Amino acid sequence: MSEKKPTLPGNEFLPSIVVDGLDRVFAPFNGPNTIGNSPIFWIAFLLVALVALAYPAVTTPFRVLNTTGYVVWIFLALSLTLIWGYTGIFSFGQTAFFGLGGYTFGVVAKNLVQVTGATNLALLAAVVLPAVFAVVVGYFMFYGRVSGVYVAIITLAVTLILELLFGRTAGPQYTIGAAELGGFNGMTNIPSLAFGIEPVLVELDPVPMYYFVVGLLIAGYLALRYVVNSNYGYVLIAVRENEARTEMFGYDIRKIKLQAFAIGGAMAGLSGALFASWNNFISPPVMGIVTAALPVIWVTVGGRQTILGAIFGALGLQFLDSELAAAGSEFSVVALGVILLGVILYFSDGVVPAIASRIEDRIGSSPDESVVLEESDA
Amino acid sequence: MALTNVLDITGLMLSSFGTLVLAAVGLAIIFGMMRIINLAHGEFIMIGAYATAFSFSAGVPLALAIPIGGLVTGIVGLVLERLIIRHLYDRLVDSMVATWGISLIFAQGMLIIAGPSFSDVPTPLGPISYGDFSMSLYRVVLAASAIGLLIALYGIYTYTTYGRHARATMQDEETARSLGVNTDRIYMITFFIGSVMAGIAGGLLSPIVSIVPTLGQSYIIEAFVTVIVAGPSVILGTILSGFSLSVVNAPVSQWAGSFAGRVALLVAAIVIIRLLPEGISGYWMEGGE
Repeated sequence: MSEKKPTLPGNEFLPSIVVDGLDRVFAPFNGPNTIGNSPIFWIAFLLVALVALAYPAVTTPFRVLNTTGYVVWIFLALSLTLIWGYTGIFSFGQTAFFGLGGYTFGVVAKNLVQVTGATNLALLAAVVLPAVFAVVVGYFMFYGRVSGVYVAIITLAVTLILELLFGRTAGPQYTIGAAELGGFNGMTNIPSLAFGIEPVLVELDPVPMYYFVVGLLIAGYLALRYVVNSNYGYVLIAVRENEARTEMFGYDIRKIKLQAFAIGGAMAGLSGALFASWNNFISPPVMGIVTAALPVIWVTVGGRQTILGAIFGALGLQFLDSELAAAGSEFSVVALGVILLGVILYFSDGVVPAIASRIEDRIGSSPDESVVLEESDA
Repeated sequence: MALTNVLDITGLMLSSFGTLVLAAVGLAIIFGMMRIINLAHGEFIMIGAYATAFSFSAGVPLALAIPIGGLVTGIVGLVLERLIIRHLYDRLVDSMVATWGISLIFAQGMLIIAGPSFSDVPTPLGPISYGDFSMSLYRVVLAASAIGLLIALYGIYTYTTYGRHARATMQDEETARSLGVNTDRIYMITFFIGSVMAGIAGGLLSPIVSIVPTLGQSYIIEAFVTVIVAGPSVILGTILSGFSLSVVNAPVSQWAGSFAGRVALLVAAIVIIRLLPEGISGYWMEGGE
């Protein structure tokens, strides 16, 4: 708890130049609002990043493709962590923005590919449109002082309405340029990501797509860490902890919630666009109740007030789900349910914070992290 | 002709009202009073429907099979409350994820035990008709039973010792406990009653749905929307909320199809929540129950 620059436990194994270097390089991303601020953590982070980069070289293209499929959903989980875990807006309908992003990407990409052979701006459109939609929904809610569980019901209703509407778009009259929306059967033949202008094209077939998505994830992770540890991040957390108090300090909490919600919408849209291009297909059930519950579950199991929780929750549960399904037993869904129950009953703050505090106990706690614990108790 | 239209819409409204209130009534207790977001509520309805259909196919008359459905669901709820739910009071979000896990287990478990479908229960009581208009009399019974269940709840929570203790516990647990109320027991009984209500709803609905393991999913959303729109007063709120939502749902379904009716219902819910953040009953009687 001392104020002076701590010699973090565990750091005695490292040369001081490494410790200083890592501290300096990662200083913008360190702070009390994230787990893992020690040089040891950043070394582990770099190692994991290296492993992730080497992964395609040591495994089959099929596995790479599958893993990409898991990673694209992580952005959806991250969007929920930002707005719910850090800002306290409980959205049960992030899939609305996910689906909108996916469909936007599909429509724009299908039309662009015919002109330029690439999907350049489709990804941007699929981030902007859901963000704008999030502003509309968010303005409606936050400037009407809707909060708490009511936000959950409104966002859930929004995503279900979108599911119903997109489900009714069967037939040629629902065609935007070259893109047929396809009703409940979904939109087919969505192009994979490709950048450039003919004849100079970079098409992201499985392995480059993997690198693109993993690169985005690393960038997104660092960006989120930067945001939540900045002054702005403190304001977000203040809104989560006590809206009235934050307002008394002179902040317009409606505006702050709206901003966070819009960023979350953009991230969910990105996730949907990546999914649509990875899958070459999107259909209305991605906005249905079953999918809507997924990010909530991932984030809760992983640890809702941590960024790593969203990443590992989304990765771990998707992996588990598909492994269990591949095992072919009819008991796989039952097993998943039992695991959810177990996590909730035994790790109430999520798995990642539980593991982090276990590690801290092993190597001693750092002053930074003790703040996190106080925070989550509040 | 015009009269037939009016009758058609009235019939749809009754039917929509009955379904909404039945789907919501157990949840109104469990969420409205205990603040447990029970995502397994649909599966409670499903279990009630299965127990009813099973008893019915074993030769029990429907009027008796429905309470059996309620009782079986109540016992399932009681066991769950003791094993899991009681650890989750005051943990709104955790209760949601845990009950989602329960709902997965129940829906898949029922598929494993009973297969993809079960023999349907025939709709009793035949139709009532006037000219071109015709509707199943059973749907009128449904709406009436929905009101009947709410009246029964009103009786329980107004006139019994348990009811008074329960309301005291929900208002201020500390004080209730210091005045000698066994709050742990109150929570347990309340969850039991909520489960019984969901089970009876499932039993009542079983003649008009196909008995499949996923039938709960079709009710969970309507149930939550009705309960949230209802606001703090469980009984008055549920009636008002079911009424307002069916007033929107029925005519739109009549003119533009059941798809548009569903969209209209969700839109109506959004607008009501936005205008009346405390729910209809919160606005109706400032301060709530």
